[in-house]
Amino acid sequence: MLTKNIKKIVIASISSAVVLLSFQSQAEFSSDPAEKGLQIAKKVKERDLGWGDSQTTLKMILKNAAGQESTRELRTKALEVQGDGDKALNIFDHPRDVKGTAFLSFSHAIGADDQWLYLPALKRVKRIASRNKSGPFVGSEFSYEDLSSFEVEKYTYKFLREEPCKGGTCFVVEQNPVDKFSGYTRLVSWIDTTEFRNWKIEFYDRRNSLLKTLTVEDFTLYLDKYWRATATKMVNHQSKKTTDLVFEGYEFRTGLTDRDFNKNTLKRAK
Amino acid sequence: MMTALPKKILCRPYFYRHSILLALGTLFAFSYSLAASAVEVSGSTQFEITAYARDGQFEGQDYRTNLSVALAPEFFWDWNNGDSSLVFTPFYRIDENDEERSHGDIRELDFTYVFDSWELHVGVRKVFWGVTEFNQLVDVINQTDSVESFDGEEKLGQPLISLSRVTDWGIFDAFILAGFRERTFAGEDGRLRGELIVDDSNARFEDDREENAIDLALRWSHSVGVFDVGVYWFRGTDREPIFEPSLSNGSLQLTPFYEEIDQIGADVQATIGNWLWKFEGLYQKSNLEEYSATQLGFEYTFFGIASSSADIGVLLEYGWDERGTDSNAIFQNDIFVGARLTLNDSFDSALLVGGSYDADSSTRSFLIEASRRINDRWTVAIEGLLFQGSDSSDPLTALNDDDRIQLTLERFF
Repeated sequence: MLTKNIKKIVIASISSAVVLLSFQSQAEFSSDPAEKGLQIAKKVKERDLGWGDSQTTLKMILKNAAGQESTRELRTKALEVQGDGDKALNIFDHPRDVKGTAFLSFSHAIGADDQWLYLPALKRVKRIASRNKSGPFVGSEFSYEDLSSFEVEKYTYKFLREEPCKGGTCFVVEQNPVDKFSGYTRLVSWIDTTEFRNWKIEFYDRRNSLLKTLTVEDFTLYLDKYWRATATKMVNHQSKKTTDLVFEGYEFRTGLTDRDFNKNTLKRAK
Repeated sequence: MMTALPKKILCRPYFYRHSILLALGTLFAFSYSLAASAVEVSGSTQFEITAYARDGQFEGQDYRTNLSVALAPEFFWDWNNGDSSLVFTPFYRIDENDEERSHGDIRELDFTYVFDSWELHVGVRKVFWGVTEFNQLVDVINQTDSVESFDGEEKLGQPLISLSRVTDWGIFDAFILAGFRERTFAGEDGRLRGELIVDDSNARFEDDREENAIDLALRWSHSVGVFDVGVYWFRGTDREPIFEPSLSNGSLQLTPFYEEIDQIGADVQATIGNWLWKFEGLYQKSNLEEYSATQLGFEYTFFGIASSSADIGVLLEYGWDERGTDSNAIFQNDIFVGARLTLNDSFDSALLVGGSYDADSSTRSFLIEASRRINDRWTVAIEGLLFQGSDSSDPLTALNDDDRIQLTLERFF
């Protein structure tokens, strides 16, 4: 616990130093690939700070190799937590047999998240083991770790190159998960150089072969500052399954607070 | 549907004084909510077929298949920006053979009002407490609807007023349980019962107010780091009856006697890596006896077995009751093992295999449960139960001829 705190303090002081540094030299990045990768990640996070809270509905369209489709619909409430991972409450509307099932998660920059599942038929809240981050979320091609909030501390970085992409010009950055229970050896991200949006991510499995590719089809700007991927596609190259993720009706700063994320609100979620 | 159901329910003896008051209150909320927002209707219909390996041991049990249909719609209104809501969940089952299992209930008729970190409930509710999988030792608010399922997980709606507050030091709950619900028991033609039929029309109560008794409960629960902890105090009528032999129309029956009790209990789960460590314990005192009981164990999950996305959870639990074999405690010295396979596929396919072993009487039971979604509307579940009793003093021995397979198709709307 103590070492974890010290680690946090060290990371926090490093990160504030880096923020200062990037302010001084604005667009100028380090020539060291690891340093430059970290600077880009910091920019991504910094660019998105202060969104507060959000609510949205989410539709997942799951397709198997034979083209058979099934859908999932859920509503998400999210709260930005400064200095740690975000809090989220997901409520399922579809399919009908899981309607009312709700999922509360406190994600952490380092270590396992805290996750509780509410089963409406039994009115039972279960704390679930969450160290495993690579498991699929509701049978989709998104794993739990793909859906948890982006925190700089979750990876080490390496800047690879700059190249044209859907968002104009992109930094191509390699990310290596710090958590040994991550399902990946590395991720390769395409981040545009002007707005620092993540347009594409390649996920490499534990054997370092290409497992999945996430591509963003559409970004929407909210509050004149915050870009959200509102249509994304995950393709699993090994199983040939895909999952489309569509976000609808994003609302920001809806007045959610810490008090909206606990076992009582989880049980009340309808 | 709505007009047909309550009529039957009203005939039941449990529709007593406090419930009528609570019903009036919720009815007021109901009429207000009707004006305020549109109703959301959901729920399910269950179709169940059961096949038994043999005729039962007792008279009335000479059949090997049973059909049953259950309907559980849910009506939901919310208004006031979601801070006020009303949920109404009637339930009705028709059973081919067991007339006691053909029954109705109001599972929920719950008006909820939320203000700041407070939450008020008035009406009929279901409240779950506990962490273990094989026994619901500390789940004491609701009465068990024992004709519904063998595992005792199905509960009857409890009329109550409850207040809950979320603080930085945990969640505090206070319950006024306005009225007592009697446990349901299989009838003469029902399977999975003891030799003697329970005569639930002549139940006796220590409290003169009988079903109108008001019970109290307080609970504190909190999540700190890897721990989820709950502690409670309960004063009122024991949900678990004591059975007294009695003669009714010349035949020997069992009459339930419901004691007044004071109970304190706790449940703790530690979630550490792949481990879930679980503990439930209680201490109970009545005019007749005092005792402690516990259920504890763990669940360990192997994630992503054989580089697939499937998980296997291994469960081990132990149940102990101070009263031992001289009482009607079923899990007095019992070991439970289980394995749960979750495919994590788009059909939510899951398989649970479990067994219990009574270390005093050597009685064993086995359970297998498989479930899967068929499509957006339907799910299917198959449950198998096997009993091997070898000691007539163990209540499970009465179920020796009740080995069965049950197929349940459920349609959601």
